[in-house]
Amino acid sequence: MQTKRTIFPNKLLPYVLLLPQLAVTLIFFIWPALQAVKSSFEREDPFGFRTTFIWFENYTRLFADPNYVNSLSRTAVFAVSVTILSMCVSLLLAVAVNRVLRTNRIYTTLLVWPYAVAPVVVGILWWFIFNPTIGILPYMMRGLGVAWNPRVNGDQAMILVIIAASWKQISYNFLFFVAGLQSVPQSLTEAAAIDGAGPFKRFFTIVLPLLSPTTFFLLIVNINYAMFDTFGIIDATTSGGPNQATNTLVYKVYADGFLGLNIGSSAAQSVILMLIVIALTAIQFRFIERRVQY
Amino acid sequence: MVENRPWLTFFTHLVLIIGVVIVVFPVYLAFIASTHSGGDFLRGLVPLLPGPNAVENYSKMLFEGISTAGAPPLWIMLANSTLIAIIIAIGKIIISLLSAYAIVFFKFPFRLLAFWIIFITLMLPVEVRIIPTFAVVANLGLLNSYLGLTLPLIASATATFLFRQFFLTVPDELMEAARVDGAGPMKFFRDILLPLSRTNIAALFVILFIYGWVQYLWPLLVTTDSRYYTVVMGIKRLAATADAEPQWHLVMAAVVLAMLPPS
Repeated sequence: MQTKRTIFPNKLLPYVLLLPQLAVTLIFFIWPALQAVKSSFEREDPFGFRTTFIWFENYTRLFADPNYVNSLSRTAVFAVSVTILSMCVSLLLAVAVNRVLRTNRIYTTLLVWPYAVAPVVVGILWWFIFNPTIGILPYMMRGLGVAWNPRVNGDQAMILVIIAASWKQISYNFLFFVAGLQSVPQSLTEAAAIDGAGPFKRFFTIVLPLLSPTTFFLLIVNINYAMFDTFGIIDATTSGGPNQATNTLVYKVYADGFLGLNIGSSAAQSVILMLIVIALTAIQFRFIERRVQY
Repeated sequence: MVENRPWLTFFTHLVLIIGVVIVVFPVYLAFIASTHSGGDFLRGLVPLLPGPNAVENYSKMLFEGISTAGAPPLWIMLANSTLIAIIIAIGKIIISLLSAYAIVFFKFPFRLLAFWIIFITLMLPVEVRIIPTFAVVANLGLLNSYLGLTLPLIASATATFLFRQFFLTVPDELMEAARVDGAGPMKFFRDILLPLSRTNIAALFVILFIYGWVQYLWPLLVTTDSRYYTVVMGIKRLAATADAEPQWHLVMAAVVLAMLPPS
């Protein structure tokens, strides 16, 4: 690993400096993670007196449970939709901002600030808008003859959380896309324009390929976001319902372990989630090291 | 812009304006809702223009709270949130500065191991280890305390990373000069490295403050005492009153107040 040419000779000092960070990490990160792995192989009796080692039974049971398999597929649908929706919208906005010259500061400021809004608050805002009794969108949709009630209709509940989660993520993606677009050399687009390529052709053959590193990075970040950071949105809107329709993996860990007190199963779910995060992070960092260029 | 296409320019602005409307609309609606009295919602449609009850709603939320929903006055929760966000941001910055300093400017056994242990926290967000972390905090007796709310969130791989990258760009000559002049490691850190990283620290503070402010799951787990509620979880409680429609005008007043400080 990289270091300085000259270094301080102290032997003890670096450990002292590292101590606070390592202590917090070991106590609140590593140790609980190991505990989760351990208790995922155990079963606790209902009164908490005895724990028995049961190998992979928690896992086999989990995958035999239709609720869990359902939650897996729901999470996949949710993550893919949020990623695609928010990335497409933010790419469109970023390209547009990149085109306007004088007013782009104003637009950027107006588009960026939802970054600071908490996921739960986002959930409440959209729940308010989509609320079947007083919300404004259901009112309009009733006018169009659509019966809207995310409290009973699972698909509509899913649409609601997808929209809320994508709305929150637009600003983040937008910032990265704008930064990516600014690094596309102007000379390339000018050359293409002289050769007679129109704006749309230029976008799809020059700008989009050159944006691929940014896009790939955001893809991973967004999947990560949709899977793990949307707990607040789901808790504030649907609480995993109706009938498990929006019960994502993270929400299920919380619901099973904290509300349902099924420690073994919840721990097994935690371990599966950790594997997913580790895989995502590994992909992300391999990519960052290689700096994939089109 | 490469060539002049009036229609495309018009279309670009149209896209941007629609985008801004989509982004701003929910918040506008929240603000509008917070200026009306509760009865205005019973007619089944949210009004779109500000109403007359703004002062009343906001002062009720700020100083009285809604006792039926078990929510304390909002100013307590706002103060809690601010305090927690500041502790988290400052704590993260301090311990990351120290550990990045150790990793970059010293050579010692297990350096790589220490780096990887810190790095691994990226892969273990609170969401995936809810119950065991809760158990650790409960065993340490930190439930319902500011320490319990902040300490587990203070480890930061990203901040450590950022400072490491920055320290690597600090010229070696600075350190050599400092050593020639007889400065020890801590003096070098305090008098040279810290002033140099001022801009990084400021930028990071903003991001980490927002990070602390929007925390939801962790405060939800470790606090049962309403004195320690943060504003984000307080709002959730208001909106989730059992059996009844929430008092939207008051909830939205709280929402608007909770969004102000980070922005």
